[in-house]
Amino acid sequence: MLPTPSTAHVDFNRIYEPAEDSYLLLDTLSSTAETQFLTQRFGQTEGQNAPSPTPTILEVGTGSGVVLAFAAANARTIFGRYDVLALGTDMNRFACQATKQTALDACQGLDEDGAAASKDRGAVILLATLNADLTGPLRSGVVDVLIFNPPYLPSRDVPGFPGGVSEDVKTTIGAFEHDSHLLSLSYEGGVDGMQVTDRLLDQLPFVLHNERGVAYVLFCQQNKPDEVMERIRAWGEEWSVENVRRSGKVAGWEKLCVIKIWKN
Amino acid sequence: MKVLTVNFLTCAVKACKTSPLSFPLHFQDAELEQSDIEYNPSFLRNILPRVDWEALKVTANELGFTTVPAEKPNPAPTPTNPDTNPTETIKESPEAQPADDKVMRDLHTLLLETEVREGKMVCGNCGHEYKIKEGIANFLLPSHLV
Repeated sequence: MLPTPSTAHVDFNRIYEPAEDSYLLLDTLSSTAETQFLTQRFGQTEGQNAPSPTPTILEVGTGSGVVLAFAAANARTIFGRYDVLALGTDMNRFACQATKQTALDACQGLDEDGAAASKDRGAVILLATLNADLTGPLRSGVVDVLIFNPPYLPSRDVPGFPGGVSEDVKTTIGAFEHDSHLLSLSYEGGVDGMQVTDRLLDQLPFVLHNERGVAYVLFCQQNKPDEVMERIRAWGEEWSVENVRRSGKVAGWEKLCVIKIWKN
Repeated sequence: MKVLTVNFLTCAVKACKTSPLSFPLHFQDAELEQSDIEYNPSFLRNILPRVDWEALKVTANELGFTTVPAEKPNPAPTPTNPDTNPTETIKESPEAQPADDKVMRDLHTLLLETEVREGKMVCGNCGHEYKIKEGIANFLLPSHLV
């Protein structure tokens, strides 16, 4: 089993704490089926002479950064190569700071095991964590692997942007309310829990690389993942979609799955 | 935020995305910080195909880096073996061309070792300013631009 990055430094009063959904994504990325798929797509073959473009891994809504850090620190196993460019976005600025720390710790942590570890040094590059809404500032076609653990719980509406909240207002409404608001952004998904995910799905054809692009998106049962898959199939025959991972019964009513969407 | 990042970004305002003026975003008042990352030529060689060279030249110029070549370099291949430490294959070979090596090392410094700590990125189309604080750029738009 691959090591789970440490999030001991993260303030869970204002940043989503890694839970079953996060761990389901880690299990998905490190499963035999997905490491084979990703290695075939992105791995660097021995003695290869032509440069093999470094894959860009974008996690949308990183929270603590546990998923992005896991993918980056275990790049050799997951993607079949040492060098990946890691990039994260989150609406919550504290999450951006936390993700940076989690990713750097995880990639350095490997070094402590001596020989095997030092192989990775200098190869995993955390480009940036951006305080952004979904893939907002990303250029067309620059993302090879996109990972999204959305706010998927059905709620009356999606909480408002923190962007417009000034420092003064934060003081007025109080630190606790502000933290609660930031946390709510990480799980309240509006109607069917799909309002945020729907916006992300709309952005996939734009941000994903035209040939290599692949996305892993987490859903719960109330998101009606089968209907979502039908909709994606209608995007055209250059797109494929598959339910690659289901949580067991442990999650109770919150039955989760991970759907992979990729360009053929 | 590493300098290479801006090569992957554009204005977050939807209407700007189709405008060539929105890429690259322009750095202003940038405060830079150097981190120390081991030089790895095969890694850098893999990054080059991903870089939009014209945009990088604009960015480098704005940040005061003057050594970026006019054309994207095409360095001699270093054979890689995924099961060996890529940094071990660097062994300074006598036939390595020093000029090439210098260009690549400068690129390594600019793209991977240079972090932007403070400052802003400005869209050449709409003029919106994205502030960078403590290395984190704020791309959240005010409600009237969403």
